Amino acid sequence: MTLKTILATATLAALGTGLAAQEVKIGIAAEPYPPFASLDSSGTWVGWEVDVIDAVCKAAELNCVITPVAWDGIIPSLTGGQIDAIMASMSITEERMKTIDFSDPYYNTPTVVVADKSLDLEATPEGLKGKILGVQASTIHQAYAQEYFKDAAEIRIYQTQDEANQDLVAGRIDATQADSIAMADFVATDAGACCEIKGNVADDPAILGLGVGAGVRKGEDALREALNKGIAAILADGTHAEITARYFNASIY
Amino acid sequence: MEALLDTLGLAETASLLALEPPGWGANLLRGLANSLQIALGAFGFGLVIGLAGAYGKLYGGPLLRDLLAIYTTVIRAVPELVLILILYYVGSDLINQAAIAMGYGRIEISGVVAGIWVLGVVQGAYATEVLRGAIQAIPPGQLDAARAFGMPPLMTLRRVTIPAMMSFATPGLANLWLIATKDTALLAIVGFSELTLETRQAAGSTRAYFTFFLAAGALYLLVTLFSGAIFARIEKWARRGQPSLREGGR
Amino acid sequence: MSDLRALLIPRRLFLMALFAGFVIWCALSLRWDWVPQYLPLALEGLWRTIWILVVTVVLGFTLAVPLGLAQAAGPWYLAAPARLFCTIIRGTPLLLQIWLLYYGLGSLFPQYPWIRGSELWPYLRQAWPYAVLALTLSYAGYEGEVMRGGFASVQKGQLEAARAFGMPRFTIFRRIWLPQAIRNVLPTLGGETILQLKATPLVATITVIEIYSVSSRVRADTFIVYEPLLLLALVYMIIAGLIALMFRWIENRVPSRPRHG
Repeated sequence: MTLKTILATATLAALGTGLAAQEVKIGIAAEPYPPFASLDSSGTWVGWEVDVIDAVCKAAELNCVITPVAWDGIIPSLTGGQIDAIMASMSITEERMKTIDFSDPYYNTPTVVVADKSLDLEATPEGLKGKILGVQASTIHQAYAQEYFKDAAEIRIYQTQDEANQDLVAGRIDATQADSIAMADFVATDAGACCEIKGNVADDPAILGLGVGAGVRKGEDALREALNKGIAAILADGTHAEITARYFNASIY
Repeated sequence: MEALLDTLGLAETASLLALEPPGWGANLLRGLANSLQIALGAFGFGLVIGLAGAYGKLYGGPLLRDLLAIYTTVIRAVPELVLILILYYVGSDLINQAAIAMGYGRIEISGVVAGIWVLGVVQGAYATEVLRGAIQAIPPGQLDAARAFGMPPLMTLRRVTIPAMMSFATPGLANLWLIATKDTALLAIVGFSELTLETRQAAGSTRAYFTFFLAAGALYLLVTLFSGAIFARIEKWARRGQPSLREGGR
Repeated sequence: MSDLRALLIPRRLFLMALFAGFVIWCALSLRWDWVPQYLPLALEGLWRTIWILVVTVVLGFTLAVPLGLAQAAGPWYLAAPARLFCTIIRGTPLLLQIWLLYYGLGSLFPQYPWIRGSELWPYLRQAWPYAVLALTLSYAGYEGEVMRGGFASVQKGQLEAARAFGMPRFTIFRRIWLPQAIRNVLPTLGGETILQLKATPLVATITVIEIYSVSSRVRADTFIVYEPLLLLALVYMIIAGLIALMFRWIENRVPSRPRHG
């Protein structure tokens, strides 16, 4: 077995594992984000968003593969072609629309600030003065905090919301700003029992976006239309409401 | 067994690390298997690049030598994390553009293949230096004799160079293997599924950070110790027939 | 001077011209509009990278000397823990060690509420103490092994002669053993310092703002992928080059190992 044949076989094997599929790779964040997407102990992804992805893909007749990608590289992964769509609780904002296209929104969530129960603060620049605020990188929360809270609070940037929650529980940060639904889920858990939601931040649609949608590459109109069709279908026939009822008390659309 | 764990206060830890769900042990082991797969592939790929690079540096023309020097210097000066990001995005872009140009449509690169490509390029630079030093240490008479016999270059490589250089290269290669296994942890930052990422996911879901990180550390340590033993064996085999180092072998 | 002359031969000039051309092409065709806006943050990040590197190298080396000495010449009850420490540090990934120290210790805080009232609390809240601790321990682990080899490589005859002269033990260590050990491993120390530089970006994952996290921030804000990474790679290469030059200067100043017949 000469060196040449070994090299040839290796190249073919590498390419062979990859020759193109008709699958649509839906990127989700590789970090747990309960209740939307989290990993259970057998290694499967579960959560509201995972169920919605399955439902949308079935309604749109797409062969979807859920592909976890690191959150702060998810848009470059989309534009670089490693994934075909993003359905990772990504809000539709103008800034992001310069780089990628979005489908119609499939849920909405206001932004809140969460802090320890013993701390008396409000979700305003005055309320956060002198405090330490944690946010997740590459999110609307980072953009909002850096726009509005930059002078008031010390901002710490985490790779995942999970780590920010962990540091909130540990007391390293005083507050964190994130989606209200995920935070409501967090404060209801044992670990989050220390903390409560302090209130919504003042809205700024330009930064906080117009709801959560699926991201696709610019110009991929066919995929975008297919996803829109799927989303409209599950909203119309009640699948969306049924999935929501499994996890939440009220509608989140 | 449970009583022992109870007295040590480790009952909860044991249940978290159990092999069946709801324990996360199987996830961690799966991540370890992925890590080892990527490390093995990267080590092998790095060896291939290293051999080519070592030959280029020793016998190649001046331009080739300079280019290889640039390659090894850049890889050894830039942090692996930055290299992983650059190679991952550049690599995927290039392959996709090449595939589209050839009419294939986009190729999906699995995480394992991308990890092997990225870490392999990094390992290649270090392997070039290790193998170059090892080949230079071969007594030149052996290579001259092979050439005098008219051996074609590939046969010389296979029959003379590689066996002779193994004894010199093994300590350096053992070190490279350990670096490969530890560098797979960096792939967690890019989101590839391997042991460190699985550990972080498990710790994030259960909030038992200490437990899982210690468990992952123990797994890595086991791999290191096991690899050390294997490489000691390999070195003994590679040095067969040579005087022992311990007696100040001359 | 001969170094400079080696650079000026035609093929090297050709390569340098290619590189200059590449740089000019990058400057003209890639997007650099983000640079002025992020420059202050980048400089702050650069300062923090260099500061962390220097502090952890100095502290780590200070810790490495007793570790190496214990393994080279110590009694078993000092050598064994030192060896265990070095084995654990060298056997596990640095990223895991950093996360273990930061998030692992952090997960213990809620269980012991009295920690929040203690004086250390302002430091325990910040991220950089953990970064410095993790990097210092890591450097000490690797350098402990290097220094073990260094201490073992000093000729025993010199130590015996000093002992015969009646030199006190600490003076022997200070004047003969340590300086020669350091001199013997100086090239390795230079390489390991560059490796420590390459390890500093990992602390960005625990919210320390250093130059790698600035490039991540640029990527998050503007979605520009390659330009910040290329600039980052260039910065690291420059710093590594400076470190290599510094160590070479130190090696030239230190008298070289005497050859004996």
